[in-house]
Amino acid sequence: MTPDTVTTTDAPPRFYDLDEHEHPEGGNTMLGFWIYLMSDCLIFAILFACFAVLGGNYAAGPSPRDLFDLPLVAVNTAMLLFSSITYGFAMLAMQAGRSGLTRLWLAVTVVFGLAFLSIELHEFAGMIEIGATPQRSAFLSAFFTLVGTHGLHVTFGVIWIVTMIVQVGRRGLIAANQRRLMCLSLFWHFLDIIWIGVFTFVYLMGMLR
Amino acid sequence: MSEDVHHAPGGAAHGSLRDYLIGFFLSVVLTAIPFWLVMARPLDAGPTAALIVGFAVVQIVVHMIYFLHMNARSEGGWTMIALIFTLIVVAIALSGSMWVMHHLDTNMMPRGHDASSLP
Amino acid sequence: MTTASEVSPILGKLSLAALPLDQPILVVTFTVVAILGATLLGLITWFRQWGYLWKEWFTSVDHKKIGVMYMVLGTIMLLRGFADAIMMRLQQAIAFNGSEGYLPPHHYDQIFTAHGVIMIFFVAMPFVTGFMNFVVPLQIGARDVAFPFLNNFSFWMTVGGALLTMTSLFVGEFAKTGWLAYPPLSGIAYSPDVGVDYWIWGLQVAGVGTTLSGINLIATILKLRAPGMSLMKMPVFTWTALCTNVLIVATFPVLTAVLALLGLDRYLGMNFFTSDLGGNAMMYVNLIWIWGHPEVYILILPLFGVFSEVASTFSGKRLFGYTSMVYATVCITILSYLVWLHHFFTMGSGASVNSFFGITTMVISIPTGAKLFNWLFTMYRGRIRFELPMMWTVAFMLTFTVGGMTGVLLAVPPADFVLHNSLFLVAHFHNVIIGGVLFGSFAAINFWFPKAFGFKLDPFWGKISFWCWVVGFWMAFMPLYILGLMGVTRRMRVFDDPSLQIFFIIAGLGVAVIACGIAALLIQIAVSILHRERLRDVTGDPWDGRTLEWATSSPPPEYNFAFTPVVHDLDAWYDMKQRGAERPLTGFRPIQMPRNTGAGVILAALSTICGFGLIWHIWWLVGVSFLAVLATAIIHTFDYNRTFRIPAEEIAETEALRTQALAAAE
Repeated sequence: MTPDTVTTTDAPPRFYDLDEHEHPEGGNTMLGFWIYLMSDCLIFAILFACFAVLGGNYAAGPSPRDLFDLPLVAVNTAMLLFSSITYGFAMLAMQAGRSGLTRLWLAVTVVFGLAFLSIELHEFAGMIEIGATPQRSAFLSAFFTLVGTHGLHVTFGVIWIVTMIVQVGRRGLIAANQRRLMCLSLFWHFLDIIWIGVFTFVYLMGMLR
Repeated sequence: MSEDVHHAPGGAAHGSLRDYLIGFFLSVVLTAIPFWLVMARPLDAGPTAALIVGFAVVQIVVHMIYFLHMNARSEGGWTMIALIFTLIVVAIALSGSMWVMHHLDTNMMPRGHDASSLP
Repeated sequence: MTTASEVSPILGKLSLAALPLDQPILVVTFTVVAILGATLLGLITWFRQWGYLWKEWFTSVDHKKIGVMYMVLGTIMLLRGFADAIMMRLQQAIAFNGSEGYLPPHHYDQIFTAHGVIMIFFVAMPFVTGFMNFVVPLQIGARDVAFPFLNNFSFWMTVGGALLTMTSLFVGEFAKTGWLAYPPLSGIAYSPDVGVDYWIWGLQVAGVGTTLSGINLIATILKLRAPGMSLMKMPVFTWTALCTNVLIVATFPVLTAVLALLGLDRYLGMNFFTSDLGGNAMMYVNLIWIWGHPEVYILILPLFGVFSEVASTFSGKRLFGYTSMVYATVCITILSYLVWLHHFFTMGSGASVNSFFGITTMVISIPTGAKLFNWLFTMYRGRIRFELPMMWTVAFMLTFTVGGMTGVLLAVPPADFVLHNSLFLVAHFHNVIIGGVLFGSFAAINFWFPKAFGFKLDPFWGKISFWCWVVGFWMAFMPLYILGLMGVTRRMRVFDDPSLQIFFIIAGLGVAVIACGIAALLIQIAVSILHRERLRDVTGDPWDGRTLEWATSSPPPEYNFAFTPVVHDLDAWYDMKQRGAERPLTGFRPIQMPRNTGAGVILAALSTICGFGLIWHIWWLVGVSFLAVLATAIIHTFDYNRTFRIPAEEIAETEALRTQALAAAE
């Protein structure tokens, strides 16, 4: 935030900044990205609201007890959590200025992210095979949409990480790339936070209903 | 600009190895316990539900502190204000929707012919 | 009308049957539009202006140019939306005594749907976004918005949404569901045609643009203010812009989600809002109004800011009660999230829920009233100049207050049970939107036009437009209040009670008067351009303004300010004038500015094509265009060279010209 300029009673007031320092390029990016994440949070909130309202409408079809494989979900959660810490290691490497190590940890993060997605797709396929399709009931529509939207975000995150691996490889850890990695960090960890909501309210609560 | 050595060029906070490891460890614990509570069912459904929600909230805070490095100073406090405002709107949308939809459901969805069951 | 039940792999549901060749009104409209369009494109080509347009306007990331383009979009769409209004009024005026009128139901239903969608999303939103884009960076002493490329992209996404909506007129059809497309009517079972899909994708594309614009302006206002401009020294218009953009970011995601869910129901057979398999159509109504109510505050808040600026400038006085204005605006922002159920009191949520929302709805009128009193106290004992912006402001105060009062009446649930979805409701929201948003937009246009273009708008034709609008509005909508109180429902095509006809005829005449007002507006613009030398503003401050945008030349240079102003007080420019601030004439430094880019146009075009493919089930097109969007976005990120420097000599030259102009004006 800009500070108040206090003029002394002796000197005439300054009305123009004659000694302006250029704003560093990209100085607003983090705040802008954070605000975007808040808007994304709202989209998820609406999907959660739909799940809260419609999640009990099984339409005489399969319910959570029939479908959810908690050990598998636990493994999936672990994949995402590991990907969070490996991304953290990538950020530490970035702060240390080590471009190669950064890209290595980014690549490991991609592996965990892809593992998460594969397990999730496997889970979806299994459900669809036994007739628990998104069309079967409002509960299943809400389930597939909420979990699927999270998965889509993870997919875009993975694409972005791959892009960053290429860009860091080409230009190194310049300021612009560091900014992008920091935004991606916000995005990636935010997805893990959403997943906490998903496994708690969808999977665990679902088994309790 | 801050003298604090833990600030990156853009002024954003970043973490140390210690932060990430603590966050990771806490998250593992805060995930394992709820899963165990639901899979082993030592308690009734009601207390279990309350506990797992509690653990979720705590774990979200852990992520925010140790992974997202949330603090009240970043971007002149605007990050925190934006977060709080978003949480308020989310709370209104979630609770408002559930309240409204529950009432609509109770009043308007077909039930048995027992008039005394109407609110 | 599309009746094709065959889906081809190449064209999806699209076929020649999609062209409404059997509807004479549309054939004539298309012919006229095609001729005008071809003439326009031909003229641009003949005068070889495509290069100029592309380089100077379409690819511009300059907030001033983007603001102007938003205004052009809004004005064009105003003509389309108003044409829909004329058609409706005419139909309703003649459809009595056994006459079916001239519009069959499937056409009439599309007209009232399109009218609402266009007026809100493609007239009011672009106007409001245009004002905020143009004015806010200047008012805070900045050189551009925080994310100039994103700004350009947001504009073209809005254009894309408008294009999809306009395309529905000639290829296929539009939704027949009303502007908010409630399911089950908007579900695939009851609207199997492409109309609702046009609606969904037009709004999704435009919605992305709006959300990004919101993020942009929040970051701009929070981070790019001139030194010394604390939050409580910002101009009121900037405050209202901040609150508006907070509303945008905190509410458009809800629309995005709901449209997506309806899309999933329609495209993939899911059951969010269906009548069976556990769906709940009321959840849609609930969610869409969680978006819908803040939306109308998004429309009005910036215009409240305009009225503050105009009232204080043309009364020659500081705005009365600045602090309370700010608090009132923030209160309205927060309260707007707590009233949404008043749009469906009648759906049976019961006494406790209805009472809560009825009370919050009434409460929200209090800060609004506080604002009105502040404007009045600003005018009190001021030296009022009744230039056009001030005239529009006074008309707003009188008109909007009536509309607000009918709103408070509707806020009472038992009253709403009688008046819901009647013409009383229609009169209420037109009262506040026309009285507030549209009159405010005309005030803003007349106020800031000289800043944008260097010459004022012709006052004579402006006054004609003013009187036609004010008289026309009251003629067109007062009968609707009466009809509503008598029980007439909205969206009716044919009537069987002949005693009602006289009211519809008066309303129709009112619309004819408004049409004269719109014509006068267009003439005003044309005449002003022709007589621009007579109307020239050489000082940059034609109204003796109070805020920083008036410190620049008209139009401002690309970089806005050669030296960033330092702010000491509210009404910063007025403060500078009072204390004899002098423009520095030497010591210029090079200024870094963002480069123009075509990426925004391309990304938006590809997104629009993707939308078209989704509407017509042309799956290969969807796949290709989506991948192209992704690829373009990623490739764009490989361009790290986003800025350039304006050399100090060039700035010195520009500033010298301004010094000359100022000297000549004395």
